[in-house]
Amino acid sequence: MTLLDVSQVSKSFPGVRALDQVRIEVGRGEIHALLGENGAGKSTLIKILSAAHAADEGAVTFDGQPLDPRDTPLRRQQLGIATIYQEFNLFPELSVAENIYLSREPKRLGLIDWRRLRADAQALLGELGLPLDPDEPVSRLTVAEQQMVEIAKAMTLNARLIIMDEPTAALSSREVDRLHAIIADLKARGVSVIYVSHRLTEVKAMCDRYTVMRDGRYVASGDVADVEVDDMVRLMVGRSVEFVRRVRSGPPGPVVLKVEAVTPRHPRLTAPDYLKDISLEVRAGEIVGLAGLVGAGRTDLARLIFGADALASGEIRLDDKPLKLKSPRDAIRAGVMLVPEDRKQQGCFLDHSIRHNLSLPSLKPLSRLGQWVDERAERDLVEIYRQKLRIKMASQETPIGKLSGGNQQKVLLGRSMALAPRVLIVDEPTRGIDIGAKAEVHQVLSDLAAQGVAIVVISSELAEVMAVSDRIIVFREGAIVANLEAETATEEGLMAYMATGAGRSSPSGMEHRPA
Amino acid sequence: MTASPTLSPDPAAERAAPPPGRRFSLLAFARKHRTILFLLLLIAVFGAVNERFLTVRNALNILSEVSIYGIIAVGMTYVILIGGIDVAVGSLLAFASLAAAYVVTAVLGASPASWLIALALSSLVGLAGGYIHGKAVTWLHVPAFIVTLGGMTVWRGATLILNDGGPISGFDAAYRWWGTGHILFVPVPVVVFALVAAVGHLVLRYTRYGRQVYAVGGNAEAARLSGVNVDFIVTSVYAVIGALAGLSGFLLSARLGSAEAVGGTGYELRVIASVVIGGASLTGGSGGVGGTILGALLIGVLSNGLVIMHVTSYFQQVVIGLIIVAAVAFDHYARTHKA
Repeated sequence: MTLLDVSQVSKSFPGVRALDQVRIEVGRGEIHALLGENGAGKSTLIKILSAAHAADEGAVTFDGQPLDPRDTPLRRQQLGIATIYQEFNLFPELSVAENIYLSREPKRLGLIDWRRLRADAQALLGELGLPLDPDEPVSRLTVAEQQMVEIAKAMTLNARLIIMDEPTAALSSREVDRLHAIIADLKARGVSVIYVSHRLTEVKAMCDRYTVMRDGRYVASGDVADVEVDDMVRLMVGRSVEFVRRVRSGPPGPVVLKVEAVTPRHPRLTAPDYLKDISLEVRAGEIVGLAGLVGAGRTDLARLIFGADALASGEIRLDDKPLKLKSPRDAIRAGVMLVPEDRKQQGCFLDHSIRHNLSLPSLKPLSRLGQWVDERAERDLVEIYRQKLRIKMASQETPIGKLSGGNQQKVLLGRSMALAPRVLIVDEPTRGIDIGAKAEVHQVLSDLAAQGVAIVVISSELAEVMAVSDRIIVFREGAIVANLEAETATEEGLMAYMATGAGRSSPSGMEHRPA
Repeated sequence: MTASPTLSPDPAAERAAPPPGRRFSLLAFARKHRTILFLLLLIAVFGAVNERFLTVRNALNILSEVSIYGIIAVGMTYVILIGGIDVAVGSLLAFASLAAAYVVTAVLGASPASWLIALALSSLVGLAGGYIHGKAVTWLHVPAFIVTLGGMTVWRGATLILNDGGPISGFDAAYRWWGTGHILFVPVPVVVFALVAAVGHLVLRYTRYGRQVYAVGGNAEAARLSGVNVDFIVTSVYAVIGALAGLSGFLLSARLGSAEAVGGTGYELRVIASVVIGGASLTGGSGGVGGTILGALLIGVLSNGLVIMHVTSYFQQVVIGLIIVAAVAFDHYARTHKA
C-alpha cells in the first residue's frame, strides 16, 4: 500500500531545472533506495519532501492526503515525515534525552520534569535497542551514535517516513550493520525509509525497492531483488563503472617514510589509550592503504605524521633522517602533505576562490621576496592542476564552496600536488563524491605513485582500499593487526581483521564498540 | 529544520550561477556598491539641506576627523578578517600617546627631533601593547573580546596613573605640524591615513601575508593544515593594530596640542563600525580595506552633517548606533537572499 506518492514534481532554481517531472512511490514499511550521482537531484527532492524547498509543480500525496507545498518543515514533521540529513540537527552540549525531546519535554507545573524526561528517553532507547546513555552529552557521542539519537528523535515524532541522506557515509562497517538492524526494526514497525546511499552493496543487501535519478530526471524504479549492483550503477551513470584495480608501474623504491613506535601525546577523549607504538614503512612509488573501522586510529596516525598532533614517544623518519615536527608547517617543509578527511571543516576555505584555495601553501616560491605574490604565475599554477585533474570550474575566481564535492576534492589534491611532496597522506580521498570522480581521483593517486611519491590512503570503503593500494595495513583499536599485499587481500579477509583482529571471520567475534 | 545553509555546494546552484559580467542587474549593482551609494546619498542630502556642507573646507575637515580613527580602522580590518576583535584600541591610543608625550616633554626636554621620538615611541608602545593582546589570545587561549576588554580598562587605568589623569602639552611646532600642518592643501593626518590605507590594502591584496590573514579567518584549521603559522598571523595582527593606535594617538595629540588621558574614548566603536559598515564579516575571512575606508567616511560624513544641521551629539550617538545595526542587518539580508 502506498504511503508516499510523488508525481511529476519539478523545481527550478534561477538558470537551472534541478528537478524535471520526478516521481517516486514509497510503500508502507518499505525501505526505498534513492539512487543517483551527486547532482542528480536527490538532495533537492529530499528538501521538497521535508519542505525545506517548495516544488514549482507536481503533486505529493502522503498517506492518501495531498501535501500543501507551502507547509513548513515543522508541519511536515508533525505529519510524520522526518529527515535525517548528513549534517545532524543536534545540540552538542545537550544530553541525549534533551535532544530527543527538545521543545517537547514532559512538564510538571510548567517546568521540565527531568525525572520523567530521563525515564522516557531510557524506555525509548531500550525499546529501539539503542545502546545509549540518556545523560551523555551529544558532543561525546560518535557519529553513529548521534545518528541513533536522530532516529530516536524521529520515532518520538511518530514518524511514518524517515528520510536518511547518506546515513552510512561516515560509519564503519560494523556501525553500518547496526544501523541496518535498526532500519529493519523500523520496517517491522511499519515505518517507511527513503535511503540515499552511494554504497550499492548495502542497497542491494537491505532495500526493497529503488528509484534512480539522473540529471534531475527520473530514470527507473523497481524491486532491488530484480537488479544487480552493476545494473544500478549503469542506470545511475548511464555507463558501467567499477573501481579499476591499480597496476603498479614498477618495483617500489627505497623506504621514504618510516614510522617507529609512535604514540600520541594527547589521545582523544573519546578514544582513551588509542594508538600505541605504531610502526610502519612506506616506500617511494608505493601506495599503502590503511583499512579499519572509523576510530581505529588511522586518522590519528596521519595527524601525527603530519605534525598536526604531538608525539609522546617514538620517531618519524623521512629518507632515514629523523623528522622533528612541531606543526603541519614543519611537515610541509620536509615534504609531507595531508589531504584531510573532512573537506569542509579542515580542507576548504569555502567562501574563497578556487585560486586562493589551491595555491595557499605554495605561495612562497611564487612570490617576489617571498611575499609579493606573482598572480600570473599563480594563475598558471592553478591552470596546470585544473587541466591535470580535470577540475570543472567556471573560473579560478569561483568560490570553492560552489563546486561539487568531487571537484572540491580535486582542488585539495591539487593543493597538495603543487608542493611536490615526498609523502602524501590522503584521508578518505573520495568520501561523498560520485563514482566517476572517484575513479579519476584513484588514477591521480596512481600517477603520483608512478612519479615516486610515497602515498598513504585511508579509506573506510574496502573496495577502494583494495583498488588503490599496493599494500594494506589493517588497524583495529589503535593497533596494527595485519599487513598484507593488496593482491592477496579479499574484502572478507579484511573485514575479519577489522572486526575481530584475527584473519578469520566469526559472527560471534563481533564485539561492542571499545570504550 | 530550517532551509539549507547558503554555502551548500549544491551542484544545481553551481550550474545556476550566470557567467560573470554577462547580465546587468540593478539590484546586484546596488547590493555590491551599497556603502558608496549610501555615502553619496548622505552627501547629497546634507549638501541640499545646508550650503556650508559642500565646501572644500568642510570636506577637508571631515577627512581630518576621519583620518584619526580611519588609521586604526585599517588595522581593525585585519583583526576582523582573522575573526578577532579589539575593543582596547581607544585606551591603547591614549596610553601610547601619553607615554610618548611624557617622555619627550618631561624626560628628554626640548629637542628638534622630539616629534620623531614621540612618533616612534607612541607607535612602539602601541605595538608592544597589541603584541601582548595577541600573545594572550594565542598562548592563553582567552577569547580576543575578553583579552581586549581587559586591555581596555588596563590601558586606560595605566594612562591615568601615568600623569594623574592630567593632559600633557607643550609640543613644539614640528610636533604640532603632524596634526595641523598641510601638504599641498591636504591636512597631514589625511596624508598619513592615505599612506596607511594604501599599504594596508596592498599588503592584504597582493602579499602572501595578506592571503594568510584571509585564510586564518576563513578556516583556521584548514589554514593550519595548509602550513600557515596561525599563531604568528593572529599575534602580528593585534600588534599591528596596536602600532596603528599608537600612531593615531600621536597624530591626535599633535592636532589637539596635548595628549589627553581621555583621548580615544569610544574609538573602538567607531573603528569597529567602520569595518562592519564596510562589509567585513564579523566571523572573519571576508572584507577589505576599501570597504573600511568607505565605512569610516560614512561615519565621518554622518557626524559632520548632523553637527551642521545642529543635531546634538547625544542624538548623533543614537543615529550612528542605529546605522551600524542596520548595516549588519542589510548585510545579513544580502547574504541570505542571493540572487
